[in-house]
Amino acid sequence: MKVLVSIKRVVDYQLQVRPTADGLAVDTAGLKMSMNPFDEIAVEEAVRMREAGIADEAVVVACGSAACQDVLRTALAMGIDRAVLIVAETPLQPLAVARLLKVLALREAPDLILMGKQAIDDDAAQTPQMLAAMLGWPQATFASKIEVTGMQANVAREVDAGIEIVQVSLPAVISADLRLNTPRFASLPNVMKARRAVIEQIPAEGTGVDLAPRLETLSVAEIPTRPQGVRLASVKVLAERLQQAWRALQ
Amino acid sequence: MSTLVIVEHDNQRLHPHTRALLGAASRLAGEVDVLVIGHSCSTVAEEAATLEGVTRVRWVDAVHYSDLLAENLAMVVAQMAAAYRHVLLPATAFGKNLAPRVAAMLDVAQVSDIVGIQDAEHFVRPIYAGSLLETVRSREPVGVMTVRCSAFMPVGQSANAAPIVPFSAGPDMGVVRLLQRVRIDATHPQLANARVVVAGGRGLGSAEAFHRLLDPLAACFGAAIAATRAAVDSNYVGNDCQVGQTGKIVAPDIYIAVGISGAAQHIAGIRGAKLVVAINKDPEAPLIRLADLALVGDLHEVVPQLTEMLQR
Ligand SMILES: Cc1cc2nc3c(=O)[nH]c(=O)nc-3n(C[C@H](O)[C@H](O)[C@H](O)COP(=O)(O)OP(=O)(O)OC[C@H]3O[C@@H](n4cnc5c(N)ncnc54)[C@H](O)[C@@H]3O)c2cc1C
Ligand SMILES: Nc1ncnc2c1ncn2[C@@H]1O[C@H](COP(=O)(O)O)[C@@H](O)[C@H]1O
Repeated sequence: MKVLVSIKRVVDYQLQVRPTADGLAVDTAGLKMSMNPFDEIAVEEAVRMREAGIADEAVVVACGSAACQDVLRTALAMGIDRAVLIVAETPLQPLAVARLLKVLALREAPDLILMGKQAIDDDAAQTPQMLAAMLGWPQATFASKIEVTGMQANVAREVDAGIEIVQVSLPAVISADLRLNTPRFASLPNVMKARRAVIEQIPAEGTGVDLAPRLETLSVAEIPTRPQGVRLASVKVLAERLQQAWRALQ
Repeated sequence: MSTLVIVEHDNQRLHPHTRALLGAASRLAGEVDVLVIGHSCSTVAEEAATLEGVTRVRWVDAVHYSDLLAENLAMVVAQMAAAYRHVLLPATAFGKNLAPRVAAMLDVAQVSDIVGIQDAEHFVRPIYAGSLLETVRSREPVGVMTVRCSAFMPVGQSANAAPIVPFSAGPDMGVVRLLQRVRIDATHPQLANARVVVAGGRGLGSAEAFHRLLDPLAACFGAAIAATRAAVDSNYVGNDCQVGQTGKIVAPDIYIAVGISGAAQHIAGIRGAKLVVAINKDPEAPLIRLADLALVGDLHEVVPQLTEMLQR
């Protein structure tokens, strides 16, 4: 079986971002960039499938600027076999990414596409479902457990009411939730080896895909801050304040 | 101009957030149609017909919709949606799974998690775990959107029921099958629409302490139980209790956070809460700084005392 994993390069999840001075965009200048946390989990899952002999090849892809090579090398160091960068210097929205990934999926013909459930910058949670629709494949989103047997996968999905287990026929798109696994740290020798690996580059323009953003960001603002709260001196005061608030609700 | 609202249900009842979803739809001009798609779900269609602002209910009933899986639903929704200006779904696991699939079939962009509607083209949505608000313009012929229901006013009952119009079923793709649904225990009120929420974090230390301390406190208010990802990962409670960027978004009147540090990814889920109370032994914990009412202290002492005072 062949697995394709998609990864996005985003502002590191530990950092706080601010709007630009003109309030028109997000100021990401000079911030540390990392692999989207959900994509790290997707990569880990692909590597485990490879190690368990469920997959015989794992390919990773990122769509974006040349700078994405760093996260692709991280994926290689974690144990992915081969990396592809679809180069686009302009920002891409989920619909365009899904189209680019479709082009690659048709070329690579994977049995399974593993993705993150959402990118922590746009918080869209759209690209996997869009790609599945474009390919006419089933989708198992928000996965917390994946079991592949033959040309089928049983996937536990994290849904609002708890867990839902679905069986999808392959090929399929699966998007990873946080509890699927805990990603490994790549060893130093593997990091060194990944530095020298060749990353295939495909210019996005050459694919014929319409890359133009469909949604226009008009403004970005910080959320309104809450008024300064109070520190209470004792449990008794807290009990009184809570009783007050509770009575006001009745 | 008209709007199609895809409602969430379990083939028996509408999801409680449906009134707020219709509240969002009422912010857009024109008629509002509701699509009820499922199996043996006529009572759901009847319930939807009684809600304020609904012009008609379109009802699709077939056995291959009984599990409400996106692959088959999307075929019907995409076919129907092309005739509407906007298509709204709730920003829940159900809606988030379905909406992008529909949008891709219509070849349009989708807007996720809207919390504000300015007009037919302008929407407000949180990004970066809710630390920023973005105003976007969508000029797509069909605006497919998921709605954060807690941000909108629920509609009431309508004086006369809207007509229910059956619509023919689409094909069964046969590529996915539901094997099992593990349901949450129904002893606590539903988190999504609870007025009071008692939430616990890693500070509770064990599943035993979590329940021994928080269940009686929650009982004082008939409150729902919530948790951080750290608490869920430590198996204090089930994943259905997780609040935050990747869990549920809640907007209760009172949110009582016990032993929770207040990571950005957790705060993302409680920004709509009216009164935030934090109990933490660390005076520097971000949630202590953010809370409206903060009590610095050891939760093992504070919570039993508090519960006892409230019970009186
Ligand atoms: C991509 C991503 C998504 C995430 N999504 C979510 C999400 O949806 N929801 C979520 O919650 N987290 C999420 N997280 C995790 C998040 O970053 C934090 O790790 C998590 O919220 C911390 O949980 P906590 O506050 O319970 O634990 P901790 O941060 O360990 O805090 C425990 C707190 O308990 C206090 N404490 C300890 N003992 C006592 C005592 N005896 N009395 C009083 N106080 C005490 C401590 O002072 C501390 O402040 C996500 C992380 C990532 C990377
Ligand atoms: N530019 C990109 N390159 C590669 N994969 C992406 C890109 N954008 C999104 N994805 C994938 O789609 C998932 C969901 O992203 P989103 O729909 O933007 O929330 C991510 O976790 C990635 O796996």
